[in-house]
Amino acid sequence: MSESTTYTGFWQESPRPGILGWLLSTDHKRIGIMYLTCIISLFIVGAILGLAIRLELIAPGETIMGAQTYNATFTVHGIIMIFMFLIPSIPAAFGNLLLPIQIGARDVSFPKLNLLSWYCYIVGAILAIIAIFSGGGAPDTGWTFYVPFSTQTTTNVNLAAFAAFMLGFSSILTGINFVTTIHRLRCEGMTWGRLPLFVWTLYATAWIQVLATPMIGITLVLVILERVFGAGLFDAARGGDPILFQHLFWIYSHPAVYIMILPGMGVISEIIPTFARKPLFGYWAMAFSSLGIAFAGSLVWAHHMYASGMSDFAVLIFSFLTFIVAIPSAIKVFNWISTLYKGSIEMAPPMLYALAFIFNFAIGGLGGLALGAAASDIHLHDTYFVVGHFHYVMFGGGGFALFAAMHYWLPKFTGRMYNHKVAVIGWALLFVGFNVTYMTMQAVGVAGMPRRYYDYLPEFTTLNQVATAGSWVMGLGLLIMFVNLWRGMCSGRRVGKNPWGATTLEWEVPSPPPLENFGEEDPVVTKGPYNFKGVVADEY
Amino acid sequence: MSIEHRDDTGARFGMWLFLYTEVILFSGLFILYAMALAKYPAEFSDASHKLNIYFGSINTLVLLTSSLTIALAVSAIQMGRIKQTLILCWITIALALVFLINKYFEWSAEISHGIYPGSEQLAEMGPGITTFFNLYYFTAGLHGLHVFIGGTLIGVVAVMTAKGKVTSDRYTLLENSALYWHLVDLVWIFLFPLYYLLYH
Repeated sequence: MSESTTYTGFWQESPRPGILGWLLSTDHKRIGIMYLTCIISLFIVGAILGLAIRLELIAPGETIMGAQTYNATFTVHGIIMIFMFLIPSIPAAFGNLLLPIQIGARDVSFPKLNLLSWYCYIVGAILAIIAIFSGGGAPDTGWTFYVPFSTQTTTNVNLAAFAAFMLGFSSILTGINFVTTIHRLRCEGMTWGRLPLFVWTLYATAWIQVLATPMIGITLVLVILERVFGAGLFDAARGGDPILFQHLFWIYSHPAVYIMILPGMGVISEIIPTFARKPLFGYWAMAFSSLGIAFAGSLVWAHHMYASGMSDFAVLIFSFLTFIVAIPSAIKVFNWISTLYKGSIEMAPPMLYALAFIFNFAIGGLGGLALGAAASDIHLHDTYFVVGHFHYVMFGGGGFALFAAMHYWLPKFTGRMYNHKVAVIGWALLFVGFNVTYMTMQAVGVAGMPRRYYDYLPEFTTLNQVATAGSWVMGLGLLIMFVNLWRGMCSGRRVGKNPWGATTLEWEVPSPPPLENFGEEDPVVTKGPYNFKGVVADEY
Repeated sequence: MSIEHRDDTGARFGMWLFLYTEVILFSGLFILYAMALAKYPAEFSDASHKLNIYFGSINTLVLLTSSLTIALAVSAIQMGRIKQTLILCWITIALALVFLINKYFEWSAEISHGIYPGSEQLAEMGPGITTFFNLYYFTAGLHGLHVFIGGTLIGVVAVMTAKGKVTSDRYTLLENSALYWHLVDLVWIFLFPLYYLLYH
């Protein structure tokens, strides 16, 4: 490393000193770090609520909380994990950190709008927290705000829905920014065919954010208006239609699951080639499968509603379209595995998380097919199988991808390396605990245990206890992982530009990157993103 | 400290993306309208007759004219005619105010007849008419909010033009505000026939 040992890159370079240098910063890296800090903090809150849910379910009957508290707990767990953790997690945090550097730009297209999106996020998060402790109590509708319950409950749904609206606005602004940035700010030589796959997935994600998010905006506004005026737009007795709410809600919220998983797939597509020392297999197939998932995923929303009342023909169509989404998803899995084939694989911590992602995502994806098929869905609908399934894709996929990204890129942005041995221990506990918890949930769901109850029949006791024990292992793994990363970032060994021997542009700038990323001259790209010839990892 | 970066095409591109999100925002209400119209065609027609077509027509004329004035303002700034630009911006804002005042009187009249979301008189008219007026108030209300935002935006840009921050070679802000204003106009072009001009 040529820089002096006191070099701290963008952590110190700022037009304003102190805390204002962060709160008023338009530097994409600072905004990314601010997003990451908030997202991880809220994740910890959400995870504690999740552990509380599991603890309540350790035995039939009331264990640590009553029915109303339980309803509020899983609602707040869902709202935090979906709207405040998963949706912004990789795009807003690592997208901001990496997108401009990876395409050779100095910042995003609209830096001020970028800061505004962070403020929208913060306002949304604060309002959501206020909603828990004020008014008629924490919302108890589930994160889906389904009518008619959401228009009738006396809990603080208005504020929570408005908070989600603000978070959606933040997401839209990020999406507009990223699409524009990728179109306009690629450096010389950075053709579409040389974009790193992470950028391709951010591009597909940003389009979903722009295309779909306004729909949840208007839906939530209508819920609030219904509650304020009692108009009856979703009340069948007064000419409305409650099923229409579900359609409007899922028109956004199904594409939203691809907002949560697509950038994660991009992270995995970066990590696998680096630690297999091979170019990614099937570059264009990977790029277009991202767009394919974004497109096809926007047409399948009603597969959440097979049990709500739809014509058989509509069920058939949505079931068919759901199976279509499996094709680009499978292309990705096969291409990752093909990249590993005959590679020189190094089991570094980011790689372990990436491999865990593939494993979890494959299980979650196949479970999705069982739910997408109308016949099996009627049996599995509203059981714990659904809960197990979406945790496999959302947490086992999106969450693990975020952890992979943290282990892969945080050394880049802090200039320091964490302890690898501890990281592997944390990963192993997390991976084992995760599978014990959610595989058991799938099993208990197939056996017929419904979701959303604080109580259950005695015959489900053993499996629930296994799942709760698994959640403790998982919690311990998370704790070890976060502590290890934190210690590493504060006082770990210093690393050079390229500790992993990776090939995308961010590894050619110092760690941490300076303000404006590149020195006097803009970079010029002359080759594809995964050309490992002659690239060696820096010692650290 | 930071290198000045300017990309007018990028700014316009971003604005078009944003306009797209606005279209989707309104489309939620249009979907509800389409479903309700299919369910209650006769009731929707009856309800439409209860609206005052003069208010609606005048507001259509007002908004179309304001779209013309803001488009002329963009042309004027391109030719460097600052004074003309400012006059046209202020006319646009005045027309926006006329629209909102008109709306205020229209809604006052309807509310005084007991027609508003959640009212008992409306509920007595049956589910079809209730749904029509619920959608009418929510859609026109959201549109009115956009008229207010758009007018404010044009006001801010006009002040910036007066201060010399928007000029003949740096007018993307005005252009984007005008684009927003055209969208507000466009939404109304769909609202007007759907709510005021329904006949059997």
